Amino acid sequence: MTTTAPPIAAARMKAPSRLGDRLFSGFTFLMAATVFLLICLVGWQLWAGALSSIHKFGLHFLVSTDWDPGNDVYGALPFIYGTLVSSLLALLIAVPLSVATAIYLTELAPLWLRQPVISLIEMLAAIPSVILGLWGIFVMVPWLRINILPFLRHYLGWCPLFQGSVNGPCMLAGGMIIAIMIIPIITSVSREILTSVPHLQREAAYALGATRWEVTRIAVLSYAKRGIFGAVILGLGRALGETMAVTMVIGNTPQISASLFAPGYTLASVIANEFAEASDLCVQSLFEIGLVLFLVTILVNLLAQFVLKTFAGATVKQ
Amino acid sequence: MIASADNHGMRKALSACISIFTFLCACLVVAPLGLVFLHLLRMGASSLSLDFFTHLPAGPGEPGGGMANAIAGTLILLAIACVIGVPTGVLGGVYLAEFGSQRVNWTIRFLCDILNGVPSIIWGIVISGLIVTRGIVLFGHVLLPKGFSAYAGGLALGCLMIPLVMRTTEEVLVLVPQGYREAALALGIARWKTTLFIVVKTASSGIITGILLALARVAGETAPLLFTALGNNFWNNDLSKPISALPLQIFAYAISPYDNWHRQAWAGALVLVAFIFTLNISVRFLTRGKPVRV
Repeated sequence: MTTTAPPIAAARMKAPSRLGDRLFSGFTFLMAATVFLLICLVGWQLWAGALSSIHKFGLHFLVSTDWDPGNDVYGALPFIYGTLVSSLLALLIAVPLSVATAIYLTELAPLWLRQPVISLIEMLAAIPSVILGLWGIFVMVPWLRINILPFLRHYLGWCPLFQGSVNGPCMLAGGMIIAIMIIPIITSVSREILTSVPHLQREAAYALGATRWEVTRIAVLSYAKRGIFGAVILGLGRALGETMAVTMVIGNTPQISASLFAPGYTLASVIANEFAEASDLCVQSLFEIGLVLFLVTILVNLLAQFVLKTFAGATVKQ
Repeated sequence: MIASADNHGMRKALSACISIFTFLCACLVVAPLGLVFLHLLRMGASSLSLDFFTHLPAGPGEPGGGMANAIAGTLILLAIACVIGVPTGVLGGVYLAEFGSQRVNWTIRFLCDILNGVPSIIWGIVISGLIVTRGIVLFGHVLLPKGFSAYAGGLALGCLMIPLVMRTTEEVLVLVPQGYREAALALGIARWKTTLFIVVKTASSGIITGILLALARVAGETAPLLFTALGNNFWNNDLSKPISALPLQIFAYAISPYDNWHRQAWAGALVLVAFIFTLNISVRFLTRGKPVRV
């Protein structure tokens, strides 16, 4: 090849313009930063919306049990109580089931069964809240009323939790529907945690002659405890904010009752039910309830992220 | 603890018992899915007819009627949500995968996870407070008048989509081999062109997967729409007016005392679930065998 290409005049070549790159990366940064702006915006709007309620009721708002739009007096305690009780009830039901399922799927199930069950649980997670609520109203609540609640009252009636009249929508139904909604997330995060346990752990236990369950208990669970705790906290965060399905089955009565058979009310469902037709101060109070819910879920999620991200060796995605 | 061989049989038995117990737990976890499906099919299919897709809602006690406007409304709301959520989410994901420093990325990912945990009802009242009660006024021009509107509903859904799309986009982009970027840069192509036309293009099927999954997730949301889109029993061509959506209509009918509305709610639920599952399954089908996390 003797054809002489014109020599590249390196000295005269202009450096490629960096302007496009700067603009582009700056623009993408702005887009990424919207998540920060959105959190600020939500916090600010809730605060601004709740301002006069905060001024009027102060901290008393959080401990007052009066919710009386007729007299323009508002207190959030029944809703805080309802949210806590229904969420804890949900955790009580969901955690053992989810962790056992996660253990089954990572340690004990035959290989061919694992993927189908995982897919089914993902499908359960994809069912919209409002449809679970519809099922709750027309199938679960009647079933509870006819079969479960009388049974519980008959055998456990000595305990204040299971006393009182049985009339359908109740705290127990709310807890159960929330449990169904948080089972998929607790299961899938626990499963990822268990999968991330190093194989060497298991092999060491097997080498000592442990059975399958002993391997799981000694080598896997003790290693994954912290991560599973994180999964549970994450589930709690979801449980606190569940709205539609709970609103449809919990009975929506602002009262504090020891019995799980009595109707209750949660922070999210009072917003869902009353925001649309609320008057001035009521709207402000609902914004304050929203603010409480927002702060609590943020704190719970922060805790969950902290636990999950500091869990040794875990690469957990949600 | 692991003890001597004489109780080996016991230990084996215990292990088997636990296996069976956890299997039963797994069955219990899957059971609600089966039960919900059973009732959806039984109640929904018997109430579903062609009228459901072509007619407006009927009054209480009136026979017939459908949710044509709600189906259209859901599609419109999802389109608005895409306009807001997709560019923001995808470009944000591009930043996380291509440009960000480690510390900034960590912060933004963290905020994404926090944002994902914000209850959707909160989005409902926040967008309502920001837009429905004020409208959008820019330099004296009314961009969006006060009141419930399709725009507000779509915006609420779009906000829900942003963190979802951002995280999946990032996850897909980091899977694009580093050599692609280096090859393009070695040819003298500007970094932004490399990113848009080579990296993003290579990962486009994964990004679309993420978008479809986010759509499937927000399509069933009711709480953010209650005080933004509000619902509407008629056709609506004006996006600055209230609009109906399937989940809203299902909710309204489910808590009503009328029997024919309950049947319509089941039919609507069946259609909504079919739509969401079709999205989910088609995504899985599209990405089968590809090294992309779905």
